[in-house]
Formats: sequence, structure tokens, C-alpha cells
Amino acid sequence: MRYLPKSDSERRQMLEACGLSSAEELFAHLPEPVRLDRPLDLAPGISEYEIVQYFRDCAARNAADGYQSFLGAGVYSHYRPVLVDTVVSRGEFLTSYTPYQAEISQGTLTTIFEFQTMICQLTGMDVANASMYDGSTAVPEAAMMAVRATGRDGILTARSVHPEYREVLRTYARNQGMPVDEFGYVSETGALDLEDLESKIGPQTAAVIVQSPNFFGIVEQANAAAEIAHRAGALLIMVFTEAVSLGLLEPPAGADIVAGELQSFAISPSYGGPYAGVIATRDKFIRQMPGRLVGQTVDSRGNRAFCLTLSTREQHIRREKATSNICTNQALIALMATVFMTVYGKEGLRELAAQNLAKAHYLAGQAAPRFTGPFFNEFVARVGSPEEVNKRLLKQKIIGGLPLGRFYPELSDCMLLCATEMSSRTAMDAVGRELAASRGHAAAPAAAPSEVLA
Amino acid sequence: MIEKVRPHLSQNEALLFERSSPGKKAYQLPELDVPPVDPAAALGAANVRSEIAGFPEVSEVEAIRHFTRLSTWNYAIDYGMYPLGSCTMKYNPRVNELVARTEGLAWAHPYQPEALSQGCMEVMARLEAALAEITGMDAVTLQPAAGAHGELTGILLMRALLEKRGNPRKKILIPDSAHGTNPATAAIAGYEVENIKSTATGVLDLAALEQLVTADVAGLMVTNPNTLGVFENNIIQVAEILHRKGALLYMDGANMNALVGIARPGDFGVDVMHLNLHKTFSTPHGGGGPGAGPVAVKKDLEPFLPTPRLRRAGKKWAWDYKRKHSIGRVRAFYGNFGVLVRALAYILAHGGPGLRNATVDAVLNAVYVRKALEPHYDLPYSSPNMHEVVFSDDRQASRGVRTGDIAKRLIDYGFHPYTVSFPLIVRGALMIEPTETEGKQELDAFIDAMRSIAAEIESDPQLVKTAPHSTRTTRVDEVGAARKPILRWKP
Repeated sequence: MRYLPKSDSERRQMLEACGLSSAEELFAHLPEPVRLDRPLDLAPGISEYEIVQYFRDCAARNAADGYQSFLGAGVYSHYRPVLVDTVVSRGEFLTSYTPYQAEISQGTLTTIFEFQTMICQLTGMDVANASMYDGSTAVPEAAMMAVRATGRDGILTARSVHPEYREVLRTYARNQGMPVDEFGYVSETGALDLEDLESKIGPQTAAVIVQSPNFFGIVEQANAAAEIAHRAGALLIMVFTEAVSLGLLEPPAGADIVAGELQSFAISPSYGGPYAGVIATRDKFIRQMPGRLVGQTVDSRGNRAFCLTLSTREQHIRREKATSNICTNQALIALMATVFMTVYGKEGLRELAAQNLAKAHYLAGQAAPRFTGPFFNEFVARVGSPEEVNKRLLKQKIIGGLPLGRFYPELSDCMLLCATEMSSRTAMDAVGRELAASRGHAAAPAAAPSEVLA
Repeated sequence: MIEKVRPHLSQNEALLFERSSPGKKAYQLPELDVPPVDPAAALGAANVRSEIAGFPEVSEVEAIRHFTRLSTWNYAIDYGMYPLGSCTMKYNPRVNELVARTEGLAWAHPYQPEALSQGCMEVMARLEAALAEITGMDAVTLQPAAGAHGELTGILLMRALLEKRGNPRKKILIPDSAHGTNPATAAIAGYEVENIKSTATGVLDLAALEQLVTADVAGLMVTNPNTLGVFENNIIQVAEILHRKGALLYMDGANMNALVGIARPGDFGVDVMHLNLHKTFSTPHGGGGPGAGPVAVKKDLEPFLPTPRLRRAGKKWAWDYKRKHSIGRVRAFYGNFGVLVRALAYILAHGGPGLRNATVDAVLNAVYVRKALEPHYDLPYSSPNMHEVVFSDDRQASRGVRTGDIAKRLIDYGFHPYTVSFPLIVRGALMIEPTETEGKQELDAFIDAMRSIAAEIESDPQLVKTAPHSTRTTRVDEVGAARKPILRWKP
């Protein structure tokens, strides 16, 4: 087998050196009943060529080739600069372990330090960790962090936070005595219902969780939420799922913890993962933070060097008293984001964000946005039957927006549409025509879809 | 010194922020084909930032040189043996990287219609089935993002089943040899942790277990083979004791590389376990992630698996969200799909018989290293080992040299250190896991290096205590880093 480097004669020599006459003797100490007495019921190994072919076939079975997509909802189609895969394909980054041995891991450690710095610059926070699994798991970790920091137990999350993130939060919260309550959005604007927040916040609220741009694409008035949270002695956790928005949006000064998803930074959608989340916060909460941290120090010759630090928070030292059970970050994925941020840089991220803004507003100009709040590159459109509209779009090789009924029954006549720098004007016009037609249907249900299609 | 390494030039490199200068660019966007929008008008002036202060500005050439230079400061499997015990640092096949980037898979959006996702779902279904066969379990979820995340999922599943039976119970038993994630996970799942001591031969103490398993105990988390590399040979009795008292057996699959094709947890009484695809199934560690931590369960626990589940609907795959007993989601979407693709590619490459051969070679390598180093280093537990072997630094400590020093000296010989000071039940542990993807030459070079270091400790302990001597970065001041944390660059 090509991944096993030994020849049969080497195996024999090694067995001999161990005083064994056959490989089976290596397992002689296993009690008889635990041993598998048959071969695994898996097909024999195949060649590299066949493996490539198999996955090409699988990709073809998706049958999504050549489709233009307007899906966002936490996963965004942004162009991935070639440099990204060039860098992460280097064996030194790809095939190294967590950088515990600082002397021979300065490459990874330095890039993580740069990552932490850039995340701070983007979010306006003092300190960022080396990354988390993804945005959805960063949120409960941020909530648990707020519980530790405040000594309170309640979490109040906006309903406009990504619905799957809230599901994950509930899974984590259930067994920790961390009650999770939700507050709503204003039906007209799609933005936070601050009155609802006021009415639900209490002396046991550890943190208020707000996402901006929110799940509907609306830019929230996060500082107003922060004020309410702080007045009640709670922290504000800011969530972002669309990192490109940070190229244009002012990070809210009132946030205490930021929990975000970096998929937008050159991480391919890859049917949902792997992505990279991150938690950033103020200096005063460093010791409550989960996840790895890289710090600057010197080596014995006095040269600048980096190492993992503040690990007394972590599970391998603290065991059941650790800040989190997390034992890893998403180093390689965070490196993708680091290269992406480097390629676009100060000017480019802003320009990229501006293009996203322009494209989404162009598309929205042909739709009937359901909410009046300011939006970045996603918006909710009222379309009558999202499923019908999508069916017609699919015939034109366009994947339309996400029907919202599954997550928000009150929005079952709506879809969430996203446009990025990769959305072509032609495809947007096609969507626009279909949306206009659907409005026509709503007004005059007698019109036949076939006429509209033509 | 052994002829494995020689010094070579490496480039110095400043941080990105120090390399930046205003106006440099490494990007070009296509011309905008729609009218531009004034951000202040669209978003409100107060919502628009001025600039991202300090963000890098470098050219494309400078960017590629920056990261390439930094990369050469890393050791990696592609350079040589990486014998970190319990980490299973095996070769990462490159075809796996290629197939994970297959356009139709890499660009699949998790919310694209199921009819346009059948290929992705097929990959996941096939991997679920393969992992079920390998572990001897009844059902598998691919949702957890990493090993510790799988542990949490597994413990939540146990809790859900026990709750349904009427009482979630209070405690999880964890052997003193366990990885630190085990107790941390139990605590996050709302359980108290009770440690259970190992016997003199390094395995679970049946008599102690019998006493400790009360009506308060939800289950036992065991790593098998354990962190000494020793198979828990009473595992069937362990499972019986737990089951008799209504408790469950959780297996940490970190060391599954010793068992694939040889023995199946499902056959020896395990109720729930996680796998680390980045260990046993060769997906790259990438400097600390991403991983994937699928969880495999017996039938009783299947109803509680995270939502959604793959379901066969006629000739198509579908996602089933209506699962009333589910513990809920443990992360958004379906799992680290890109990692799952790589793991399946690995399984397809080996095939059933090949996977077993890999296990045989992994165990042979560890036994070979043990045999060769036994005369030079103390072996605190003499039970037969499987895929890894744990020595103690007792003998070298008498010369003032500890396991951490020996590890650093290995770097000078061209090897990554073994796992240092773990498991905690061994004083000054040297935990060595070669994996099956090391050939005899590399193993012999490693053995020579370890013997040579043992000799150096006799003749010149100071040489070892101040190692490494050949790296561009010498020993770093970790204490200083923690005392006054500098966690970001500042001008």
C-alpha cells in the first residue's frame, strides 16, 4: 500500500528484532473475545486515479455546476485569492501540529500572532484568540465566558442572530444552568426591538447577544443595545457572520465580547465546514477567554519569538476547571483568513465591502425588501412563495435565496437574498425579473408562470 | 551526530505590519458592473468606519515571500518523523487535499437545495457507514468539529438517554491517565468528575470500579488503548459492571489507530465513542486544526443524535430535521465536510484489508522502538504496548536532565519531540507514537538519536539541558510571555 513505507523484508527484520515470528503476535495479548475474527466489510483499496474520479463523480451528482447562487445566511461566496491555497498547501503549515514546541513552530506562531492582531484591528477589541471551531460554537463559548465574568447565569439573545447559532447555544446551555431567553426584532425595520430587550433584561442577565449585520442582513444599532445591557450590569456579545462587512462597518464601541465567523475570508463554503470562528474581547476579560492564545516573548538569545501562552486557562492544565473543553483551534483555516486579509489589506477590504454593498443594493432595487433597516450584502425580499420562485430560478441555473419559513414562520412568504462581488449583473437581472413576476402573481394570481418565464 | 540534518540558511522576516507601507496592494477587483453606492447614505454615516488602522498594506510578491519565509520556521511531517504520543501524526496524503478542493464539493453551499447536494450527502453517508463498520457501532454523526467537541456530543447523548430512563445521574468516572479534555468535557456537560486510579499494570482497576459505580454514576470515559498505549484487557468486564448498574461506557477514540481492523469498540461493550479524523484517518493537523470528531453510538442512543440526520428517501438523500429526542445541534450545518472528504479518501485508498495492515505497521513500529530503547530509558509499565510506548525520565533525572530537555535535544537531531510529561501517571513521561507511516530507516535514525542523547546525558548533561542548539529560535521564555502578555502587535 502506497502510504505504508516498509518493504516486506524490512517488516520481517523488524519483527525479528522484536523477537516475534509473525505480525499476529503483536496482538496476542488481546483477549480472544475482543478480537475481530473477520476482515472489515469495506472494499479493497483503490488507486489515486480512482479516488479522484470518485469525488469528481460525487461533485457531478450535486449537479450544481454552472449555477449562480444568491445564498448567504452565514455562508458567503467570495472570491478566494490564489495565494491562499498556495500558502496553506505548504507542507510546513499543512502537516505540522499545534505549536507547543515553540523553537520549531515559529512559522505557525507568527501567523497566529498576526491573525490575532488583524482581528483586533478589525473588531476594535484589545485581544483576540487563535480561532475557534466556527461562529456557531464561538457563540456559546462567548456566553459561558460572560457567565464566568459576571457571576450571573442568564443569556438573552436577539432572534435576529443566526437561527442555527441559537440552536447550538441552546444545546450547550441546557445542562449548565444557563437559561437562554430571546428578544425580538421590529417588524418594520428588521432591527433589534430595544423595548423588548429592555423588558426582558434582568439582574441575572450575564450577556445580551446581538448579530450585526443580523441574519436578515440589517446593520444593528449595537451601541444602543450595549447601553441597555451595561445599565443592567450585563455584557454585550457582538456576533458577525459576514466578516467582509467589517471593511466598511464601524465596530460597535460598546461590545464587550465579539464572537465571529471568518468563512467570508477565503474559506470555501465546503457544504458547511471547516470554517474558523474567533472570539475577541477587552483586556480585562483575557483570563476568562476560551481557546488558544499566542504571545510575544524572547528566546534565550534575546530574539523576538512567539509561544502559546496563558495556558493555565486550558483543559490540559486545568482539566475539569478549564475555561472550555476546547483543545484545538482552526489554525490552517485561520491562516487562510490571514492570507486573505493580507492580500486585500487596508484598502482592498474596504473596496471589496463597497462592491458587496453596491451589488446587494442593485439587486434590492429590483426586489421588494421586507425590512426598512440599513443592510450590507443581504436582505429579505417578500416574494409570495419562495419555493415557487426558487423552482423557476433553478430552471435558469440560478440558486435563489433562502426561504425563511423554516426559521421564522412569520416570514414564510420571504427569502433571504445575498449578493457579493461574484454576483453578475446578468444573473441579478434574471432574479429581479423573477421577483417582479412573483409580485405580479401576488397581485394577479391568474397570470401563468410560463408567460413570465418567456 | 546522526546524518539526518545540516544547518541551512533561513530568511529573517518582519511582521506584516512592519513590512507595510501605504499604497501597496496585492489585489485587484473587477470593475464594478453596477452603480456604486455611497456607504454613508446606505448604512448611516455613524455606522461607517474611517479606516482599519494598522491593517497591512503589502504587495503580492511581499505577501508570498512573507508566508513562505515563515513556513520554513516550522517543523512538519513532510520533513520527518513526528512521534507525538496520542496525536497520531501520520502522513497526510496529498490526493486528499486535491479531492477536497473538487469544485462542486468545495463550493457547495450548505443551504443549496438537497436535489443539488446529493453528491455531498453521498460522501457523508458513505463515511458514516465506513466508520460504523470500523467501530462496530450502529450509527454515526459527523457533526462535531473536533475530538473534544465529539466528547461533548457523546456525553450529552449519554445524559439524554439516562434522562429518558428517568435520571441523568451526577458523576462521570475518568481514569487518572485520561487526556485533559475528558474532565473538561464532563464538566461542560454538567457532570461532576471522579477520578479512578489505574492499577500497577496501567489498566483500570476492576475492584475499584465495582465500588465507584453507584447509582450516581452516569458512565465511565475510557481511552482504549489507554494513554500508556496499553489495551484495557478487562474492557468487557468493565462494560458489564457499568451496564449492570445502569451506567454507560464512553470511549475516547484518540488511540483508535491501534485497533482499526483488529478490534471494534462496539464488540467490546462501548456504548458511545468519538473518533479523531485528524488522527486515525490522516486528515492534516494544519498547525492545530481543523479536525473532525464524529461520534458513533449503539442503537439505544441513536434517537438522541444531533439534528439533522441523513435519511434515505426513495432514491435520494434527505436531511431529517424532525427528531424529537435529539440533543439539538452541536454546530451549524452538518460538520466539517472538507475534513470528511479527506477521511473518506483515506479509507478508500486503504480499503478494508489496507486499514488493518496500517494498524499492524503502527503497532509494529511502536513495539520496535520500545525494544530498541528499553535498555536506555526506564519503562514504568511493562504490559505489552500497542501503537505507542511511554518511557520515564527517571534514569536521566538523576543527571539533572528531564523529559522536556531530551525532547528539545531531539530537535537538534532532526526530529519533532515526543509528547512530554503526559500521561500524568508517569513521572517525567516520554510518550512516543511513531505511526505506521514511518519506514525502518527513519525509525532507526530516531532510535540512534535517542540512544545518542542518553549517552550525552552521561557525558555532557549541560549540552542536553540547553538544547536545542541548531534552531533559528532557541528556548523561548514562556514564563515571561505569560507574566506580561503581549497578544497583538502595536506600533
